[in-house]
Amino acid sequence: MRRSALFSWLQAAPLALVLAVFLLVPMAMLVIVSFFDYDSYSLIPDFVLTNYRESFSSAVTWRTFGKTLWFAGLTWVITFGIGFWVAYYLAFVVRGDMPRMVLFVLCTVPFWTSNLIRMIAWVPFLGRNGLMNSALIGMGAINKPLEFLLFSDFAVVLAFVHLYTLFMVVPVFNTMLRIDRRLLEAARDAGAGFWQTLWCVILPLTKPGIGIGSIFVVVLVMGDFATVRLMSGGQSASVGLMISNQIGLMQYPAAAANAVGLLAMVLLLMAAILRAIDIRREL
Amino acid sequence: MQADVELISVTKRYGGGAVAVDNVSLAIPPGSYCCLLGPSGCGKTSTLRMIAGHEEVSEGDILLAGRNVTDMAPAQRGTAMMFQSYALFPHLTALENVAFGPRMRGVAKAERLKRAGEFLDLVQLGTMAGRLPSQLSGGQQQRVALARALITHPKVLLLDEPLSALDPFLRTQMREELKRLQRELGITFIHVTHGQEEAMALSDIAVVMEGGRIVQAAHPREVFERPASAFVARFIGGHNVLALPPGSFAVRTDRCRLVPSGGQISGTVTAIEYQGAAVRVVVACPDGQAAEALLPDGLFHAAPVAPGDAVSLGWEAADAHLLATHHAA
Repeated sequence: MRRSALFSWLQAAPLALVLAVFLLVPMAMLVIVSFFDYDSYSLIPDFVLTNYRESFSSAVTWRTFGKTLWFAGLTWVITFGIGFWVAYYLAFVVRGDMPRMVLFVLCTVPFWTSNLIRMIAWVPFLGRNGLMNSALIGMGAINKPLEFLLFSDFAVVLAFVHLYTLFMVVPVFNTMLRIDRRLLEAARDAGAGFWQTLWCVILPLTKPGIGIGSIFVVVLVMGDFATVRLMSGGQSASVGLMISNQIGLMQYPAAAANAVGLLAMVLLLMAAILRAIDIRREL
Repeated sequence: MQADVELISVTKRYGGGAVAVDNVSLAIPPGSYCCLLGPSGCGKTSTLRMIAGHEEVSEGDILLAGRNVTDMAPAQRGTAMMFQSYALFPHLTALENVAFGPRMRGVAKAERLKRAGEFLDLVQLGTMAGRLPSQLSGGQQQRVALARALITHPKVLLLDEPLSALDPFLRTQMREELKRLQRELGITFIHVTHGQEEAMALSDIAVVMEGGRIVQAAHPREVFERPASAFVARFIGGHNVLALPPGSFAVRTDRCRLVPSGGQISGTVTAIEYQGAAVRVVVACPDGQAAEALLPDGLFHAAPVAPGDAVSLGWEAADAHLLATHHAA
């Protein structure tokens, strides 16, 4: 081997090592354990398909997977709807770098506290006797408290949107900032109106950012269990929550089998996003 | 004849109170090639952008073919703009870029692509239709931009420093092509440039601007032979601007000759530049003024001088063009 080739291998080695130890090995372990047998007290090294068979022959599993997808889809639609326009406002409406940066930092303020605190903060607001209900009753808009506000799918999606919209804003904003302003003038010069410019120029050029933001949001929601548990009050489930419960019951092989299923689903979604959008332009 | 483009006391003020264009009036006859010429910051680009509708007019009116377009959107005016650095859509192919205008106007796909193909042929890029802008050279990108601007059949084409990004050889070639297109299409071109050579080569009307105002608007030959002010004489080049007893005047450097003695001014040679067909001799006078003579090479080599030589510079009295001390504002 030539000296320079050896040197290149050495340079790549640390990262490869980190990825191997902290990503590949745990994944391999996960897959191996998913084929183990178990009883109430112990893991029994084996190669059985019962974990998968039991899990995926149950309607509850499929419903939970469906629910997780539904949460991810709904959250994606809303975070994209909000995130795109926030980014648009920051990138194209706000004039001057200084106001733009100030407003951008303002967007990140909620991130100065932990996810958990931000979720819990919704409880006194949305609860049965919370601020929202009290205000609505006080205004005479309703005469008994709205029950769907807290411990419901509504609350879960609300919390997801609150937690993850910024993950959509940042990459979209970043891509929009790189769009040459003269392109917008050129579009206007060619007779494009606001929506035509948006559809034919801004949206295609913002695609890489939308792709990255979508990956963030989808991955975060798919893997979540704390938000679903807390905001649904145990009335809804996600795959993450199901896995977490199985771990609590020491059913590691069953949890591992579900994790492999979840992983497969997330990878498929990633593949679909990457197929639709070439994000390499952004990296 | 009614002017194609008419500016009436147009003023552009920016937020901070800075005046970019100050009370400019100009009439451009139909089918002419007009160059807005001046140093950076003179207001030429702001003027162009106001005509295009990409910049709001603070005061005054803009008429295109007798129609007041001051408050119209760019696409309603019958103008098209070719942007500096072209502003091609990076995600669209050359053909789709050209077809963009018709697409925005709702022309069916097959029809607009066919027309775009014809315009790509017009700028000799028919074979590059499927390429993205990043796969085209600077000169080719420019042709695409030109085709994209022309496809909307504008009555006036506005060009913002179209040649500045090209290398000198390509620039000359493109210059000829712009002039040819303008002649063949018979529409008005308004071309912003800071190069006097470009303006002289192309324009029917050269509009020299300084500090947001027009200092001279005339055929380039008129501008060159009778510059309206010392600024114009210096900017257009090829002139000595001198102050001698009768007053301030300009005299073309190619009309100056080295004479043994008794010329209008005398001094020492500080620089000699060989330019092929001509030789440029720079003379510094004791009173601090500098003048130069552009001599045909034969004439120079018949009686060469060297830096440091004492010489006298002379010209025909008729060649001295008197300049108003204060040009009308």
